[in-house]
Amino acid sequence: MSENNGRLAVRKTYKLFVGGAFPRSESGRSYAVRSAKGVFLANAALASRKDARDAVVAARKAFPGWSGATAYNRGQILYRVAEMLEGRRAQFAAELVDADGVSARKAGELVDAAVDRLVWYAGWSDKIAAVHGSANPVAGPYFNLSTPEPSGVVAVVAPPMGPLLGLVSVIAPVIVSGNTCVVVASERAPLPAITLAEVLATSDLPGGVVNILTGRAAELAPWLAGHMDVNGIDLTGCPEELAVACERDAAENLKRVFRPDPGEDWLATPGTARLRAFLETKTVWHPVGI
Amino acid sequence: MSILTTSLAEVASSDATLRAFLHGLPGVDRVGADQRAAVLGTRSIKTTAKAQAIDLAISMVDLTTLEGADTPGKVRAMCAKAVHPDPSDPSAPRVAAVCVYPDLVAEAAAAVAGTGVKVASVATAFPSGRTSLEVKVADTALAVAAGADEIDMVIDRGAFLSGRYLKVYEEIAAVKAAAGEAHLKVILETGELATYDNVRRASWLAMLAGADFIKTSTGKVSPAATLPVTLIMLEAVRDFRARTGRMVGVKPAGGIRTAKDAIKYLVLVNETAGEDWLDPAWFRLGASSLLNDLLMQRQKLATGRYAGPDYFTLD
Repeated sequence: MSENNGRLAVRKTYKLFVGGAFPRSESGRSYAVRSAKGVFLANAALASRKDARDAVVAARKAFPGWSGATAYNRGQILYRVAEMLEGRRAQFAAELVDADGVSARKAGELVDAAVDRLVWYAGWSDKIAAVHGSANPVAGPYFNLSTPEPSGVVAVVAPPMGPLLGLVSVIAPVIVSGNTCVVVASERAPLPAITLAEVLATSDLPGGVVNILTGRAAELAPWLAGHMDVNGIDLTGCPEELAVACERDAAENLKRVFRPDPGEDWLATPGTARLRAFLETKTVWHPVGI
Repeated sequence: MSILTTSLAEVASSDATLRAFLHGLPGVDRVGADQRAAVLGTRSIKTTAKAQAIDLAISMVDLTTLEGADTPGKVRAMCAKAVHPDPSDPSAPRVAAVCVYPDLVAEAAAAVAGTGVKVASVATAFPSGRTSLEVKVADTALAVAAGADEIDMVIDRGAFLSGRYLKVYEEIAAVKAAAGEAHLKVILETGELATYDNVRRASWLAMLAGADFIKTSTGKVSPAATLPVTLIMLEAVRDFRARTGRMVGVKPAGGIRTAKDAIKYLVLVNETAGEDWLDPAWFRLGASSLLNDLLMQRQKLATGRYAGPDYFTLD
């Protein structure tokens, strides 16, 4: 952002990421984002409920293609996201220093952890069915098979802390199994989320699989929780009171709700809880010998 | 210009007088029409006005199925939806009409009998219109005999574009005679007419020949209905009433998929032709997927939460 050699600074406009494109908020609103030390960094788009609605439409449109892709292909694309993220390591580290006030060394470690997290989940893509599916013994001449299938469109409220690692840790498990998602980025530190969107947009990830909104969780989450075309909601970033209200709204169309214990350690190996949260089991009966 | 003085009764006496009249119509300012339609499309219609607009739009829908794969079962299902668009909410108005191919008219007429929903049938070798006048007239007469209240005919675009206006005029008049009591909607297929001037001429030609409605498109050609084309047709029906005292309806069809689009059309009607046309008797929306979006918006206004397509019928 500085003026080098008399050049005019070229500043980035931080917009939303919806359907593979970077639109401004339909409301035209934006808000000032400040660093951990209170220095003005940039203006970010302040998404409205209509942006959330548009994002759900984009996610729904992307669902058949993404859930129909082979697990192997989805894993490859997630791995590709990791490759792209690795290539922008320095940019993300600098953004994390600004956003979180961490040391440059710590910021580098957080970016590395985010890359590793993507690779870790990418590996799960073609293993979920083997680990969480089953061949069930039944009292009849049938093969009885259960396989986990994606739920559909999942709304994700990203954690306010961990603007990159936390964000990657909530997005990757949702999409690796074939869901598409609408993510409300950290209100406090949304800039790494939009930079991550640039990574996603150049990673062969079909448009609409991940849609990122920046703005207030308290404004957007209730609309997503009540939306009849959203199949699941991850309330990680919601404070207690908001999470309770969202959970109540989500009951209207029996959304799958994931509400983890607060204070999750993003640096720890995650386990499969997030992966399993937005899967549903399909059981097939097939006659034996025909 | 002669257009202001010519008696309309004599206009169709020969190809030459008809051409002189149609080419004497003032030209359409394309940029102006596009701009006007775009500006009217930005009107903000909210809350109670929106609720009223959505209900009005539902009551103007000609619920349409014109697929080669149509079956009597599909037509019955569509008719049930036409009568009760939202089974979970009896306050949802019924649609204006169902629109089907001629061989399915009897099925549709039986399904909507006594409900107030009209049966419209496309006829005259829809969608191309490429057949002899005898076949077109027979097609129309059979559809009316089977119980159609409204006939949607296509004009011979080939004849129109090559300047044989009298042929187009006589075909419309012959089909109008065959339709008898049934309302005649004349499809101009504006996507094939190339210019806005032609849209204006075709509108006047159809109205002079006795059309009760002028309709933009078959839905089989892209572009189908657009706002500027509908604007020009609305101006034509307005001017025609001023000239003759007879009111003609307008029906944009094809490509109208969202409640937002439908409301833009209603604004256009109100601002161009006037409030008289804001009635299912004078303005229709030919559509199939539009109805579900209108119902979803209606439900959003009623419940305060965004609706999902999973809760409405597939059609």
